[in-house]
Amino acid sequence: MADIRSNFVGIKSPNPFWLASAPPTDKAYNVERAFRAGWGGVVWKTLGEEGPPVVNVNGPRYGAIWGADRRLLGLNNIELITDRDLYLNLREIKQVKKNWPDRALVVSLMVPCEEQAWKAILPLVEETEADGIELNFGCPHGMSERGMGSAVGQVPEYVEMVVRWCKQTTRMPVITKLTPNITDVRKPARAAHAGGTDAVSLINTINSITGVDLDSFAPEPTIDGKGSHGGYCGPAVKPIALNMVAEIARDPETAGLPISGIGGVTTWRDAAEFLALGAGTVQVCTAAMTYGFKIVEEMIEGLENWMDAKGHATLDDVIARATPNVTDWQYLNLNYVTKARIDQDQCIKCGRCHIACEDTSHQAITAMVDGKRHFEVIEEECVGCNLCVNVCPVEGCIDMVPLAAGALDRRTDEEVQPSYANWTTHPNNPSRVAAE
Amino acid sequence: MADGLYADGIAAGRLSGEEYDRNFSDLHPPLDRHEAAVEADRCYFCFDAPCMTACPTSIDIPMFIRQIATDNPLGSARTIFDQNILGGMCARVCPTETLCEEACVREEAEGKPVQIGRLQRYATDAAMAAGAQFYERAAPTGRRVAIVGAGPAGLACAHRLAVHGHDVTIFEARPKPGGLNEFGIAAYKTPDGFAQAEVDYVMAIGGITLEEGKALGRDFSLGDLSRDFDAVFLGMGLAGVNALGAEGEDVEGVERAVDYIAHLRQAQDLASMPVGRRVVVIGGGMTAIDAAVQARLLGAEEVTICYRRGQEHMNASEFEQDLAASKGVVIRHWLQPRRILADKGRVTGIELEYTVLKDGKLSGTGEALTLRADQVFKAIGQSFEVGVLNGSSASIALEGRRIKVDEEGRTSMPKVWAGGDCIAGGDDLTVSAVAQGRDAAESIHRALAG
Repeated sequence: MADIRSNFVGIKSPNPFWLASAPPTDKAYNVERAFRAGWGGVVWKTLGEEGPPVVNVNGPRYGAIWGADRRLLGLNNIELITDRDLYLNLREIKQVKKNWPDRALVVSLMVPCEEQAWKAILPLVEETEADGIELNFGCPHGMSERGMGSAVGQVPEYVEMVVRWCKQTTRMPVITKLTPNITDVRKPARAAHAGGTDAVSLINTINSITGVDLDSFAPEPTIDGKGSHGGYCGPAVKPIALNMVAEIARDPETAGLPISGIGGVTTWRDAAEFLALGAGTVQVCTAAMTYGFKIVEEMIEGLENWMDAKGHATLDDVIARATPNVTDWQYLNLNYVTKARIDQDQCIKCGRCHIACEDTSHQAITAMVDGKRHFEVIEEECVGCNLCVNVCPVEGCIDMVPLAAGALDRRTDEEVQPSYANWTTHPNNPSRVAAE
Repeated sequence: MADGLYADGIAAGRLSGEEYDRNFSDLHPPLDRHEAAVEADRCYFCFDAPCMTACPTSIDIPMFIRQIATDNPLGSARTIFDQNILGGMCARVCPTETLCEEACVREEAEGKPVQIGRLQRYATDAAMAAGAQFYERAAPTGRRVAIVGAGPAGLACAHRLAVHGHDVTIFEARPKPGGLNEFGIAAYKTPDGFAQAEVDYVMAIGGITLEEGKALGRDFSLGDLSRDFDAVFLGMGLAGVNALGAEGEDVEGVERAVDYIAHLRQAQDLASMPVGRRVVVIGGGMTAIDAAVQARLLGAEEVTICYRRGQEHMNASEFEQDLAASKGVVIRHWLQPRRILADKGRVTGIELEYTVLKDGKLSGTGEALTLRADQVFKAIGQSFEVGVLNGSSASIALEGRRIKVDEEGRTSMPKVWAGGDCIAGGDDLTVSAVAQGRDAAESIHRALAG
């Protein structure tokens, strides 16, 4: 059986599945339930500075988009950091950690961008014996207008400064949570790294409006006729998160910096993909908020089964294995040629491949052959774009088949070259360099 | 359970009121909004969709389903009505399993087609519930068209002609419009007065006058019509019922299945509908099934369909056969009626002979089987009563005892079109009758404009 125990910047957990700092981790009651269900760790919902807590709206806090059968694909929330008293949270954190010594318990923090504010809260957290802290530089709503959350995360200098204050003040490992609401996520990651962070976690939620009520003409979620942008999360954001994780994992300046991957993790497979791109743990929120804590059973068991089947003994055999295969477009092999091939035995003749190709692409799939409804690739026109594969409702019916070196590409009438060649050396590239 | 459940003979009130209600409620209850959205999402929006090709009225099925998926049921209904103004009834009675749903690519993929019929009902019900009318009459042309028969063909023809601004008069022999929709379809397929509601919906466009109780060949002749109107559309049904050819069939208790079905549809109280304890239905088509199933649902203890050929030869669809079996009807094959057994002028049983198909010819084996019966329904096919055409100034060409038409629905007589069950080469489906009525209307419109 694969060993999925995790050691992330010294924080140990029986599995890499943590609950993200969010509504499910706001109090002991929920966190105890999560640990009983099997979650490896929890990032406690963000604590603010001492004093009267923040208040939340009393109307809808969430909006959503759905797929077939109302399957929740994306969730948006405008809830703020914890609205419970700081000391109540601290007492509960201490008790929960005492009850569950083998689980990871990290405390998310967000206080004003002043050194004194951070220096004041850190000892209070240390006293709980929590395993670490996560700096919330991500929340895109409510707190950002007060100069916190993503307002900090969007300014690399602030990120570096706050991380440094924290590292100077506490013995606890520091995880810096990044916002995706930024042009180049490598900049705040580099800044956190420069400030001495032990790890980064990403992504926090994405600014969003989930919809517009077409009767009241108000954005959703709607509070008394008005709406505000909220943080988008759930399965819909996973591709964005995967890319941002990969960007940091393969950036020479931050290479090797531990990453806790967040964003739409719903199944063991999602988690495995984050790990493969460089994450050491994953954090989950929307999936738990949709289905409850029990899903962690499927995640643990699914990850173990997959690792067993593939012969991966520990998480280290998986983590960052895909990172070297992420590259820039200019280094992709232009001598690699594929053609779509439709398995006629599997084809159900819906014609979607044809109309997608005919209307929007390269006119490379027939609709009628010898007077019969028949869908077949016209190799002379096929550029290997993969659109037909993506729109085909039958998995495995259309394959992209690479042409072997020496084979004739009937579109270009040229032989497929055995060598690797990319844009940097291509004759059409005005800034080309000589091929090696 | 009412007391009369096991009463011999033909008796009414075999069941309790609750049982009647349950037995004759909607066969396929309507989809609610979420169910419709989930089902609509299964549609692949195929290119050149096979379902659309399989539909006799060529409804743009992928489009109407997409409109349901996008929560636009009225737009969906319009897509349906554009091709088939009786889309509501067709959604209920079409043998979709041999038409659109058989062609659905999901049938090939997983043996579970998109439920096109039920989605069509969802959209058309929404439009009718909202009283949404999608068509306006063009400016009146002053042209007058006579239609004979207010069934699916006649109604579809009338509506399309009205859209084009022509004035239409429909002559209907029965006291009510609707044709087979009103008189010929099992009650559980179209409960709650849907057939009349649909007629009202179709007629609401205006410009259509209905003359009930007026029969061709009795109250007027084809010659009268072609003289008094600019064009004539013949949309009659099949009024004749084929005889069994069995000895002694003229006794009490041997009935025409179509008449029984019509009585049942018009019955105000199902408890007043008499039915035998042991019922035998002779035939292998939809009418046989409708009569047999309804006899069971009215409380008959034993209902047996006897068909002279094999299961594979039955005109009733597989779905209908399964439905009958699920309601407790026994279907027996390779049996032809030979003699009706009677006592004091009332049927007591039927003697049948086993049959065999040899070199493509059906013949009796000589072996006989006797079934007890206190009610026997004849459902071995209906025929067009050619006699009604008599009296026309010129004779109308027939083909196989039905009216011969060209691809536009034109008969051999000038100014006279025909469609529906009365024409040759049809498949006796409501949806085909609608297509023929609609297309004849377009042909008439072109002729009148030209």
